[in-house]
Amino acid sequence: MSDPLLSIRDVRKYFPIRQGLLQRTVGNVHAVDGVSFDIEAVEAVGLVGESGCGKSTLSRCVMRLIEPTSGKILYKGEDVSGIPHGEYWRRVQMVFQDPRSSLNPRLTIGYSVGEPLIVRGASKEEVRSRVTALLETVGMNPEHFGRYPHEFSGGQRQRLLVSKALITDPEFIVLDEPTSSLDVSVQAKILNLLNKLKRERDLTYLFVSHDLSVIKHMCDRIVVMYVGKVMEAAPKNELFEETLHPYTRLLFDSIPKPGTRHEREMMGQEHIELPSNIDLPPGCRFCQRCPQAEERCSEEAPELVEVSPGHLVACHHAG
Amino acid sequence: MADFLLEIRRLRTYFYTYAGVVKALEGVNLRIHEGDIFGVVGETGCGKSVTAQSILRLVPNPGRIIEGEIIFKGRDLLRLSEEEMRREVRGKQIAATFQDPSTFLAPSHTIGEQLRDIIKANADDPKSFDGKTLTERVVQALDKVNLPDPERVAGQYPHELSGGMRQRSMIATGTSSTPSLFIADEATTFLDVTIGAQILRLFQEMNRRDGTTILIITHNLGIVGEICNRVAVMYAGQVVESCATDELFEEPMHPYTVGLLSAIPRLDREMEELEEIPGTIPNLIHPPEGCRFNPRCRHAMDVCREAQPGMFEVFEGHYVSCHLFDEEGEDNE
Amino acid sequence: MTMSQTEETGRFRELRYSFHLLLSNPVSTVGAVGVAFLFTVMILAPILATHDPIAINLTGRFLPPSGEHFFGTDHLGRDIYSRVVWGARISLSVGFITLIEATVIGTIIGLIAGYKGGWVDSVIMRITDVFLAFPSIILALAVAAALGRGLTSVMVALGITWWPLYARLIRGQTLSVREEQYIEGARLSGAGGLRIMLKHILPNCIAALIVQISMDVGFTILAAASMGFLGIGAQNPSPEWGLQCASGAKYLVYQWWISTFPGLAIFLSVISFNLLGDGLRDILDPRLRRG
Repeated sequence: MSDPLLSIRDVRKYFPIRQGLLQRTVGNVHAVDGVSFDIEAVEAVGLVGESGCGKSTLSRCVMRLIEPTSGKILYKGEDVSGIPHGEYWRRVQMVFQDPRSSLNPRLTIGYSVGEPLIVRGASKEEVRSRVTALLETVGMNPEHFGRYPHEFSGGQRQRLLVSKALITDPEFIVLDEPTSSLDVSVQAKILNLLNKLKRERDLTYLFVSHDLSVIKHMCDRIVVMYVGKVMEAAPKNELFEETLHPYTRLLFDSIPKPGTRHEREMMGQEHIELPSNIDLPPGCRFCQRCPQAEERCSEEAPELVEVSPGHLVACHHAG
Repeated sequence: MADFLLEIRRLRTYFYTYAGVVKALEGVNLRIHEGDIFGVVGETGCGKSVTAQSILRLVPNPGRIIEGEIIFKGRDLLRLSEEEMRREVRGKQIAATFQDPSTFLAPSHTIGEQLRDIIKANADDPKSFDGKTLTERVVQALDKVNLPDPERVAGQYPHELSGGMRQRSMIATGTSSTPSLFIADEATTFLDVTIGAQILRLFQEMNRRDGTTILIITHNLGIVGEICNRVAVMYAGQVVESCATDELFEEPMHPYTVGLLSAIPRLDREMEELEEIPGTIPNLIHPPEGCRFNPRCRHAMDVCREAQPGMFEVFEGHYVSCHLFDEEGEDNE
Repeated sequence: MTMSQTEETGRFRELRYSFHLLLSNPVSTVGAVGVAFLFTVMILAPILATHDPIAINLTGRFLPPSGEHFFGTDHLGRDIYSRVVWGARISLSVGFITLIEATVIGTIIGLIAGYKGGWVDSVIMRITDVFLAFPSIILALAVAAALGRGLTSVMVALGITWWPLYARLIRGQTLSVREEQYIEGARLSGAGGLRIMLKHILPNCIAALIVQISMDVGFTILAAASMGFLGIGAQNPSPEWGLQCASGAKYLVYQWWISTFPGLAIFLSVISFNLLGDGLRDILDPRLRRG
């Protein structure tokens, strides 16, 4: 049995809170608080959750833009901290969300897309030919090589970001909310493009988003995070048909869907806010909002256990 | 025929910019009944926000409303003076909340202070309030939007509150006078899904409990599907389809609506590929001749390139602006 | 339409829009006109001057302004108009050279401080504070004492006192640009610190730099003139404006023209560049651009 492509083992990332003249550390933000899961080759795994769940921080740890406080990340069985950044970023790349700031407004898009090659010493001709080839692949005019980001629409800029991620021929791509700022009709084109590229190039995706419908469309497996921990992880259809965790249930119920115009039970959720990651109670993260919470839930944090093949849950009631 | 609370006829709002005249709204027609939760849905540049701004006559420079009627409770708002709009309409009979409450809640005053100012401004006799009554009214307003611990919230500054609470505070400032019409412009866009869901519940409650008519402006068809009873789809400054929500999802008529519905990934269905509407949203300085959707429409006929379609009532209460449904012209498909 | 055509149209239209903005504001238009005028004088000095600026004519001393000597003559019979015209070259060049020094030094230091952050930033900023605390005059005197008098000393001294301002400016810009997502993207491309600083951050500082420089030109001219006035900078018989003001000071009551005209020239320069700077700031501020 070969190693999974990416293995996240008990990763934690804490950000210190500093106060006072001497900037002493008075506490920590537990952005990611013990997350473990695997990603197999050629899989598309979706990472979903709301603000503060840690998905963005986790994706940056996977990309090695920040270092985990503890825990390990393995790429094809090898500890990533032992892989030089340059090499890692050839095989693993990222597509960002693009409001306006993912492309340097003062540089041509030809440069921005080709930078990974330029940095590695490729010649001008090679850069030009590779970039123009990729522009065509993503459905853009290769002659726009010398233009600037502001001359393109949001959807086109997103395609440029995809090109940039593909230029080193990576195996694994992390996509952080790539279509969240796009119109629906533009989103459809980008998602179709991403699927096509994945099929043609045998890519593996880690798709981070707050939008469950997009995740459901794009991914094979879904990992649900809440306040720094994984609540549930399962193959897509099983997550929807056999939802085990109350938070996942709440997430589904909260998504506005046509045809459900009666007022639903909100499980007493009239006015509850998302908890902070700082003063964490000892038990389950979700117990304050959970309709099934018992005493045990507030005292003891549930373990993430595999309840059926491929389906993991962290809940006392699901074991 | 029931009276409309708000009827917009032939509204045209243009923006006179250096680059040219942006024809943001080109003949918008809408009818909202009292008690509706009415959704206006569309993508970037469709003019949904400009419509809301036009109703309140708060269109920013360099925009100007150049034609049309906005009839609210029998009066044409466009014929009122600025003074009358301010005194009688804005914040009193028509209130609104926008997608980023931070830009509308002053950071230097507590929520309570801002609410007090608004309650006093809307009162018939501002001097009649003493401090205690005012405080009570403030707490009441905050409680009506389901804010936990309203006394505490009243003493807090906007930045001390979470996004969801700020949005509720903003709604509270708008509903303190029990308006007849409440406009929510992308109210849940910046909020997390579970928090946004609570705001949507709040709107339903306002509608049920106080009879407030709600105008929901959003790009999210799911929201419209869930809480709106009627919906208008906008494209490039015009309303292309307007009907009951169920009908929109079950029997969409306008090619744009059909394309839009097929482009959205659905939770309840498996979709191989998402439908792509060819082309892009048009430039509103030089919009296409005739029907603004014609360059992207697979059913485009010659007439589509020449003349703008009127609004045709295809079934009772279901209106479409498309030549395909023009009974006097070519066959319907 | 070919790509080059559309590109040109896009950029050309932006340039035209920038001019439109500049000229639509009467204040900055005045500034722009003033600066254009100064540059014209600077370039065309040989043509515009009527006499040799350093030629002494002891028979024509203290002549008031007339048709032959537009601004009159000074205590040595030299034509003041020609001296003022030729002086433009000196004053403007000193201003620009000083600013080039300050910009180069300040940018390098500011980039490093802003990008590295941490203790490197703190140390650099404290050093900057020390330099900022020095009044430029005192420093100039010290430098003059060390290097001797003359324009070179002035330029060195002003450069030393001016760079901290630019270091701060660039550091501030660097700090904000550093947080943009495209910097993360550049890291992921494999770009190292140097490439990020020079290729990514610096181009985004240019706008702020231009604004600051255009406003500072006036002040550097003034500072150089002050040095000249104090006798530290340019030496006789140089037609430097400050020096001219100084030499005419004792005759201010009866032969007012000797100091007044060079003084007006300084005033015109400072005002023009300041107004232009204001205008440029408005143009380059993305929030004020409409349509």
